[in-house]
Amino acid sequence: MSIFNEKSTRFNSNLTQSDVTDESLFLKRRQFIKASMSLSAMAYFPQLAMAAAQDNPKYSSLKRTIDLDLESSSYKDITTYNNFYELGYGKGDPVANAAALKTEPWSVTIEGECERPGTFALEDILKPHNFEERLYRFRCVEAWSMVIPWAGFPLAELLKRFKPNSKAKYVAFETLYDERNPLPGQRRDVLAWPYREGLRMDEAMHPLSFIATGIYGKPLPNQNGAPLRLVVPWKYGFKSIKSIVKIRFTETQPETSWNLSGPREYGFYSNVNPEVSHPRWSQKRERVIGKLFKQPTLKFNGYEDQVAAMYAGMDLRKNY
Amino acid sequence: MSANQYLLKSFYKTHKVKVISAAKLLISVACVLHIGYFVRALFCCSSWANPVEKLSHATGEWGLHFLLLSLLISPLRRHLMWSDLLKFRRFLGLWSFVYIFVHFFGFILFDHFFYLPSIVEDVIDRPYIAVGFAGFVLIIPLAITSFKRLQKKLGKHWFTLHKLVYLIGILGVVHYWWLVKADVFWPMIYAAIVFILLADRLFVFIKKRQDKKQPFKNATTGSGNQ
Repeated sequence: MSIFNEKSTRFNSNLTQSDVTDESLFLKRRQFIKASMSLSAMAYFPQLAMAAAQDNPKYSSLKRTIDLDLESSSYKDITTYNNFYELGYGKGDPVANAAALKTEPWSVTIEGECERPGTFALEDILKPHNFEERLYRFRCVEAWSMVIPWAGFPLAELLKRFKPNSKAKYVAFETLYDERNPLPGQRRDVLAWPYREGLRMDEAMHPLSFIATGIYGKPLPNQNGAPLRLVVPWKYGFKSIKSIVKIRFTETQPETSWNLSGPREYGFYSNVNPEVSHPRWSQKRERVIGKLFKQPTLKFNGYEDQVAAMYAGMDLRKNY
Repeated sequence: MSANQYLLKSFYKTHKVKVISAAKLLISVACVLHIGYFVRALFCCSSWANPVEKLSHATGEWGLHFLLLSLLISPLRRHLMWSDLLKFRRFLGLWSFVYIFVHFFGFILFDHFFYLPSIVEDVIDRPYIAVGFAGFVLIIPLAITSFKRLQKKLGKHWFTLHKLVYLIGILGVVHYWWLVKADVFWPMIYAAIVFILLADRLFVFIKKRQDKKQPFKNATTGSGNQ
């Protein structure tokens, strides 16, 4: 007796008590139908699967610890206009190829100059941390910018757990790269794979440096660097490496992918700086996504008061 | 030749002028709609995060496409022996100019809000902009002298002047090549097309000169002897 002939049996007076469907069986059927329907729906509409993941209590009602007097960019713009070369070189490619990135299972390897190296499952990496939301400016080297509500925790808190030793002067990061099973954009040597980035130790330990696992109160979509990424708001966007699988403490300045690709254009520091000319884009002004005209770019992307001291005495034109 | 083909050909021959202007009208309407589509996205109803960039990329790409198409006319005419194609050369070149003009206009309006010092600085400091700007400046006289009256006035100088189109094509590709950050796949494709088009002309040029020097060489001691 399926739910579809309910109508025909509803007014049938010859039914006995034994014809009544057991309640638990009835509920199970309902559950099965619901589950199978949503499963097939998810196959057709991956967004629904994402919506289901949004129920994760970790992200709902996070406290906003750092705010800006600015309007956030739309969720749609943040998640459809991306530079994530692993998933393609056009702005719309990462969202189109998002399914190619498998984030489960995920582990992060910590190595180099520290007391507690090892490979850790994502859950173990994230578990001890208190999550918060921060509204940050995000400035791409291509002279566009967004305002993004990130969810996550300070990078310093993560790094301290592995007890970096006195030789640890820098932190290097790497994005996922499986040579035998490369992501769509990794099939060509457009950049030095795996994508790698790095920070000086004091930069990494700065309270503004952030590990993000979510945006807009939801887990990070793949195209934004799931399951965990770096956010360094005073540096150009390419420093904020996505989908991290490796963190290494080093004594010497680590190689970075864009620097290897164009050393004259992309320095190790890559601090947002309207005063330092770039051979490709004037960095004096930026187009905030959603606006037609450009507006002036702020030194250190508006975080000058907090971070400028780290670069005191340095020639920022030479250390671009 | 089948009956249908014959009918088509005779129709074309008798209504040639109309067919050509209808084709031009159709292409023009498509271009206006195409540019309008991107302009409209700037002001409303756009699902794009960065419609200014979309307009810039689309007009830049299609400016180059039309330029290359106009360069393709001569070799195509030679190989297909279809001289009417020549009637499209100036036309395609003019549409290339319109696209490049919109491309440039978007640059000075949205990137610089017509602020001259800032435009000059961008042209001087950034090689890819300098090269693109040079291409834009060079295409202006070609667009102006596209009108029949000026064309007649210039006589054979017109052809000399319009040889600039090769240089503009090269500048366009270099502009594109230098602007992309890492993935030079498409610039390489365009460069290959320009190279083939130029090589074809060079080949014709060399052959013509040889024929001039030894006008009867091909007739008497042609390839048949080798």
